[in-house]
Amino acid sequence: MNMINLLLFPIIIPFFFAMILLFFKEQVVIQRVLTLIGLVLSLLASFWLIATVKADGIQTVTLGNWPAPFGITMVSDMLSALLVTTTILITFFVVLYSFQSIGSERERFFYYPAILFMITGINGAFTTGDIFNMFVFFEVLLIASYLLIVLGGEKRQLRESIKYILVNVISSALFVITVAYLYSIIGTLNMADISVKIAEINQPGIISVIAILFLIVFGIKGAIFPLYFWLPGSYAAPPIPVLALFGALLTKVGVYAITRTYTLFFVHDIGFTHEFLMILSVLTIVAGCIGALAYFDLKQIIIYNIIIAVGVILFGVSQMNTPGLEGAVYYLIHDMLIKGALFVLIGIIIYVTGTSNLRKMGGLIKTYPALGWTYLVAAFGLAGIPPLSGFIGKLLIVQGGFQAENAFGSIVILASSLIVLLSVMRIFIYAFWGAPEKANVLPSIDAAKYRHMMVPAVLLTVVTVAYGVGAEWLMPYMSDAADVLRDPSIYINAVLKE
Amino acid sequence: MELMLSILIGVLFTAAVYLILSRSLLKVILGTGLLSHGAHLLILTMGGLSGSKPPVLIDGVTDFADPLPQALILTAIVISFGVTAVILVMAYRMYAVHKTDNMNELRGNDEHD
Repeated sequence: MNMINLLLFPIIIPFFFAMILLFFKEQVVIQRVLTLIGLVLSLLASFWLIATVKADGIQTVTLGNWPAPFGITMVSDMLSALLVTTTILITFFVVLYSFQSIGSERERFFYYPAILFMITGINGAFTTGDIFNMFVFFEVLLIASYLLIVLGGEKRQLRESIKYILVNVISSALFVITVAYLYSIIGTLNMADISVKIAEINQPGIISVIAILFLIVFGIKGAIFPLYFWLPGSYAAPPIPVLALFGALLTKVGVYAITRTYTLFFVHDIGFTHEFLMILSVLTIVAGCIGALAYFDLKQIIIYNIIIAVGVILFGVSQMNTPGLEGAVYYLIHDMLIKGALFVLIGIIIYVTGTSNLRKMGGLIKTYPALGWTYLVAAFGLAGIPPLSGFIGKLLIVQGGFQAENAFGSIVILASSLIVLLSVMRIFIYAFWGAPEKANVLPSIDAAKYRHMMVPAVLLTVVTVAYGVGAEWLMPYMSDAADVLRDPSIYINAVLKE
Repeated sequence: MELMLSILIGVLFTAAVYLILSRSLLKVILGTGLLSHGAHLLILTMGGLSGSKPPVLIDGVTDFADPLPQALILTAIVISFGVTAVILVMAYRMYAVHKTDNMNELRGNDEHD
């Protein structure tokens, strides 16, 4: 076999290193070093993968050398290659941040292996070309996330993780049920083959029902409007590095799955399915905005911003035209990066103030200027102030909305940007301006630890700025990704005509 | 046969929903178990129960059973077994810490844990 196995590397390498780490339970230093080596190797492999996909088109490998619709196919188009790379990049920085903040108790109880197993599942879900295999990779990442969310065993963590697990178990059962229905009608599980077969029978009503079932399944994981109820409580329970990983990566897997199924399978009755998706995504934005303004808790404000972003991305997907899809891809990756950066930054704010309640903070800009200005850049990036990274994605999505004559949704997105800006600026004003609170003069702040925590935060913010400023240079990659979404036949030909 | 199984699946889902909506955490977990049993049987039924011969190439046999749903169920059973084990352990730990298995008493919010 030649380079065709390349697309498996970002899945296999974290898995392999996670297994090795299991043998070094007590040796924290060895664990840290091995985790970093594993992530750097995966990162190199994923950059190589992007270059290969850019040069040679979609990469596929069918496991066991069965011909395409029968064996399990792994497919790496530009969208999955970019998402895999972003996932590993964010994990790398969050792991750097964890060295300082997670604490040795958690490090000695399989924290790093759990992260690497979760990356295995996430990258697998991004790469797979088989709908049942996607369920399996979802379970891999979910089981690792069950461990991460409960690790530490605090009272609140235990309470919230039970709810998190129950919601996900029910949605997984629903996933299996939906795949069973699809199989009974289509008789295949290969995603490219499903797309062909649905086109052959011209998407009767029952397929649209299955489309909505898929939306419910992935909507629970991706936190769209009526199904996001579990997210704010559960995500606030684990420590900040875990929250950063969950917030940046896990909901995006659900968003990716909706994007993939709604651009590859259910493209023949757009008037119903995509209209429904669009309405839900606008409602998601509104619900997220209400939440982001309602709380005085740092974590909750940023967590509700996840929900807003999910709505914005899915609105772009539901437009089904070139600017909308390009914008959705661009904004999806922007949001993963910026959420990672913001969660790490508020983690540092919480560390230096000892609280996550905005009312108890103030005057940090005098003592921690670097933290303040980095946060401000990240906050402007999230709100989409040009030339930072949120701007181009939103511009394209809004343009797509106007082009598809859904001006109302575009206006909601534009208005939501202001609310996003207000919600993150409120953190800046309350935490950094004003007089220092007497209550939060903590003598125990370790200056060296603070500096070490700032390194990944600043680097991640620099990456997001580069992602915004370098948009012109990145655009060919984004349009490659959007082309496959817009025209399913590219994907189908790559998988089936080999 | 398909009709019988469909009714059975319906009964399993009904019982699962009833149990999941109850207040006791243990009943909720049993409910998720029944839910996944129902889902597994559903895969089997949806694949069709018509074939009567094993799916191995033998001359003169055309009436194969569909092997794919069986492979899928096997995978799904293993996964749901593992997840149920994880939930049970976690529920036990939660019971030990919170001294209750009543879901109504596990609401909590940010202000007071």
